[in-house]
Amino acid sequence: MKPAPFAYKKARSLDEAIALLGENPEARLLAGGQSLMATLNMRLSAPSLLIDINGIGGLGGIAHKSGAVEIGALARHTDAERSATIAQHAPLIARAMPFIGHPAIRNRGTLGGSIAFADPAAELPACLLALDGEVDAQGPKGKRTIKTGDYFKGLYETALGPQEILTAIRLPAADSNTRIGFAELARRHGDYAIVGLAASARADGKGLKNVRLAYFGVGNTPLRATGAEAALARGDVDGAVAALDLEPHDDIQATGAVKKHLAGVLLRRVAAQLMEQRP
Amino acid sequence: MKITADSPPVLSILDRPNSYIGRAVPRPNLQRLTQGRGQYISDVTLPRMAHVAYLRSPHAHARIVSISTEAAKNAPGVVAVVTGAELAKVMTPWVGVLTHLKGIKSAPQSPIAVERACWQGEAVCAVVARTRAQAEDACELIDIVYEELPAVTNPETALDAGTPVIHASLGDNLCFERKLDVGEVDKAFANSDAVVEATFVTGRHTGVCTEPRAVVADWNEGEQRMTVYHATQAPHMMQNLFAKHLDLSESQVRVLTKDVGGSFGIKVHTYADEMATVALSKLLKRPVKFVADRIESFVTDIHARDHRIKGKIGVSKDGIITAFEIDDLTGIGPYSVYPRTSGIEANQVVNLTGGPYNCPNYRAQARVVFQNKNVMCQYRAVGHPIAVAVTEGLVELAAAKIGMDPLEIRRRNLFPDDGYPAQTASGLKLEQLSHHEALAHLDTMIDYAGLRAEQKKLRDKGIYRGIGFASFIEVTNPSAAFYGVGGAKITSQDGATVKLDAQGAITIHSGVTEQGQGAEAVLAQCVASSFGVSMDRVRVVTGDTDNTPYGGGTWASRAAGIGGEAAWQAGKALRGNVLAVAGAMLQAKPEDLDIRNGIVVDKTTGAERLGLDELARVAYFRPDTLPPGFQAELMATRHYVPRAWPFAFTNGIQASYLEVDTDTGFVKLLRHWCVEDCGTIINPQLVNEQIRGGVVQGIGAALFEQCLYDERGQMLNGNMADYLVPMAVEMPDIDCGHVVSPTADSELGAKGAGEAGTAGAPACIMNAINDALRPLGAQPLTDMPFTPGKILAALGKI
Ligand SMILES: Cc1cc2nc3c(=O)[nH]c(=O)nc-3n(C[C@H](O)[C@H](O)[C@H](O)COP(=O)(O)OP(=O)(O)OC[C@H]3O[C@@H](n4cnc5c(N)ncnc54)[C@H](O)[C@@H]3O)c2cc1C
Repeated sequence: MKPAPFAYKKARSLDEAIALLGENPEARLLAGGQSLMATLNMRLSAPSLLIDINGIGGLGGIAHKSGAVEIGALARHTDAERSATIAQHAPLIARAMPFIGHPAIRNRGTLGGSIAFADPAAELPACLLALDGEVDAQGPKGKRTIKTGDYFKGLYETALGPQEILTAIRLPAADSNTRIGFAELARRHGDYAIVGLAASARADGKGLKNVRLAYFGVGNTPLRATGAEAALARGDVDGAVAALDLEPHDDIQATGAVKKHLAGVLLRRVAAQLMEQRP
Repeated sequence: MKITADSPPVLSILDRPNSYIGRAVPRPNLQRLTQGRGQYISDVTLPRMAHVAYLRSPHAHARIVSISTEAAKNAPGVVAVVTGAELAKVMTPWVGVLTHLKGIKSAPQSPIAVERACWQGEAVCAVVARTRAQAEDACELIDIVYEELPAVTNPETALDAGTPVIHASLGDNLCFERKLDVGEVDKAFANSDAVVEATFVTGRHTGVCTEPRAVVADWNEGEQRMTVYHATQAPHMMQNLFAKHLDLSESQVRVLTKDVGGSFGIKVHTYADEMATVALSKLLKRPVKFVADRIESFVTDIHARDHRIKGKIGVSKDGIITAFEIDDLTGIGPYSVYPRTSGIEANQVVNLTGGPYNCPNYRAQARVVFQNKNVMCQYRAVGHPIAVAVTEGLVELAAAKIGMDPLEIRRRNLFPDDGYPAQTASGLKLEQLSHHEALAHLDTMIDYAGLRAEQKKLRDKGIYRGIGFASFIEVTNPSAAFYGVGGAKITSQDGATVKLDAQGAITIHSGVTEQGQGAEAVLAQCVASSFGVSMDRVRVVTGDTDNTPYGGGTWASRAAGIGGEAAWQAGKALRGNVLAVAGAMLQAKPEDLDIRNGIVVDKTTGAERLGLDELARVAYFRPDTLPPGFQAELMATRHYVPRAWPFAFTNGIQASYLEVDTDTGFVKLLRHWCVEDCGTIINPQLVNEQIRGGVVQGIGAALFEQCLYDERGQMLNGNMADYLVPMAVEMPDIDCGHVVSPTADSELGAKGAGEAGTAGAPACIMNAINDALRPLGAQPLTDMPFTPGKILAALGKI
């Protein structure tokens, strides 16, 4: 299938891109194109204008500063996958990376695009939620920072306004007490997961505290499992599984019942990861 | 997947100098294709060429009330908007029946739906424009009013009195029915020590080709001739069909295939949208291109394997199989596909069930019903994976019931290697098979005893691994018994023309075709070997009805066995002709000479006498120097068709070793083996590639692939994200082994190898999963594909 006709503009600055968004309500931003182009080609969407943001300078950086890791919106998945900074200070992101599609997709796809698109089955939004990160956005009214708790609104729906551009995400940098866990189940390597779980916690003596469990593929957004978090903090894995209150819908790869069962299996596996880690 | 060392080449009696038979020589088209210099239909661009896009029915069954095309006609770039009624004036409809499938019936099918759409995806209107994008834009401007009709989707109720009849003219929804009752089935079951029954389901799936279906049709009004560039397996068949339905003579139609990117049986049928494209070119008097996109491929490329089979097996306590019984039901969409019909698959299931086993009692019933889903027809290993799943599934369930090892029960029932010729209960004639030798080979290859010991040890640790087997027979080298006797103009013979050029190089024109299997390599090997030149002196031309001998093309594992034999014979004939010239030039007896490495030599001493370049120079430019009355014939044609046997059956056995994660229901394939017997192996590398690729497609059937429909006939997963084709990471190493029982019907002795992998793999995986889960008391899994959900359900976890 061929996309419906659209105009194309390559923005040279954030201001230009924001202005173009203001002038063209039917416009869409083009980052890596790995989600957008498929929807265009299948005519699931037909924007009048594509605003290519790949030419905007300064949005591709990955930096560790003042206790946080900041990743520019245009950093490619591959950049993150190979980044020593991420490996050291954002190990959950490093763990998740190989599960995102295939190398060719990771070469083009951007972290900003993934967080902006907010596919409920995608790894990165769940990682952001598990790490309690932040999203930086810029729009006609200037810059703002959005906490993850306020960011995911619904299916493919986020707190970003129609004229806002995601410029960076910020994650608390890992230290020696940081514990992370990640697991997903996909029929084929590189597919979106049937169900996945990204987790973070802090070591508390022999136990855990600040447990954050973010499931993906089980709802309209990445979902915290707060009951299970509390049980895990008590060291009660069975209790955590019992406390899972997810109600996933059936989809093409699995029924809700299968997803729910698998969520429990993943919880045990991720709990073991969280508990096994040594600084 | 790691490709481990192939079995060493099997040298045959056909060895002579320049023998490439049995050697893993690279394909002559390899460099061109890997350098991206192939020419696929998408690459064909002709002056004044327009592109067609088809607007397709969103409903499974609907009456077309009205079509408003005005807006589309005025859209940018649009050349024409054509409805089914308009195209019906250019092309006649067709009916997919064959006379040897008694009672088969179907309704006339049109290139574009007229009045009624019968499946979601059927073309209802064509837009021809300067670009495909413009054609698609204009499709959105067409306004069609539909009146939705009830959709028949469930084969189980398709024949019920309360179910609407899809084609009123047919009276009911039954396309074809076959019944068979051989021996004394009831008595045999009554006398059995154990009887096992199970219902098997093989999921509807499709062959996913790298290159989608594609056609460029070019009607030349001045010449009154239609040239069709077509990604097809069978150019001569298509020539006949285009001519017939455009009311032209065959000489007015030329079909060229160019390079074809995979076929698997998908590209051997008549597709309404391809027929429509050819008709549009005739109507518009200009070239028209149609390349199916992925989304429309999923709802129009033939589907296959949607069967529900109730199976029953009887055994004595010492493991002798007493009887097989099956009841097969399959829904094939609203039309039987033309011209091969959609009855063949069920017919094959009836023919092949129980095929490896010497068991005289067999009863079968197969019913083929119409429904409002995409059409089903022949896909790689037609019917085999279904029949093998039922047979091998029953055999292993029976073995488990009487507590016998699954290889042992096979040893006690497979046709004995020294008992040929033999005949199956269903009447298939078997020339020479090697079930027992293949089984023994496999037993050693997999270190069966070691594998069982490892399995046992791991079970104690809560790791559930399974070992599964599947013996099989495969139909190859079909004679006229397959289609010709049923009245289809599908030739079973094939030809090869070999010529010596003016510099002593060889060109072969063959009627078989290449879609990536390596058929051209095999042809070059055969000719180089029988004529006596190195392979780099042989050029292969296929896929052009103006220039190749009349032939069937490539399907049913026939290219090597039939096309290869014709090429072999043509090479031999040309050698004779060339030696006659050499004899005349050298004043020697032709029978004292030979051709080796492209040089005429003295047969006994091997002394070089004459280069082929010099021979060609004299024959073509100085024939005046040859003896009076001598005429050089430097082109020879030979044809071949199997006559002694309706089919050259092959056999083999596969094994799968896998691990089931009993928490998640996920299956990890650890290793796969296949020992097969395709007779003379012309190119072991190509045979192994066929086996491995076939196994992968069989694994797809067992674990991943299914065309999912809802009860309203909507396909739910028609895209590459949701329809799971098997991918490399999940594939195990696949080891191949060979036994060689040549067919005596040809000099080469080659049978086919294209479908063995696909035939056996699904059953093998199924049996391995059930072997893994047996100690946990899981219900046997018989409903493919085996998704995590189904496995978890069998384990009682959800
Ligand atoms: C075959 C395949 C498999 C894949 N598998 C996975 C997988 O397993 N897991 C996974 O997570 N992803 C997967 N992806 C998607 C991939 O990760 C995408 O790259 C990513 O989701 C989107 O990033 P992008 O840069 O390509 O965004 P684009 O496709 O360019 O844009 C996506 C959307 O986000 C908007 N957007 C992009 N950037 C911004 C921004 N800075 N500010 C505001 N809006 C913006 C666009 O307007 C668009 O609506 C897969 C993709 C393919 C093709």
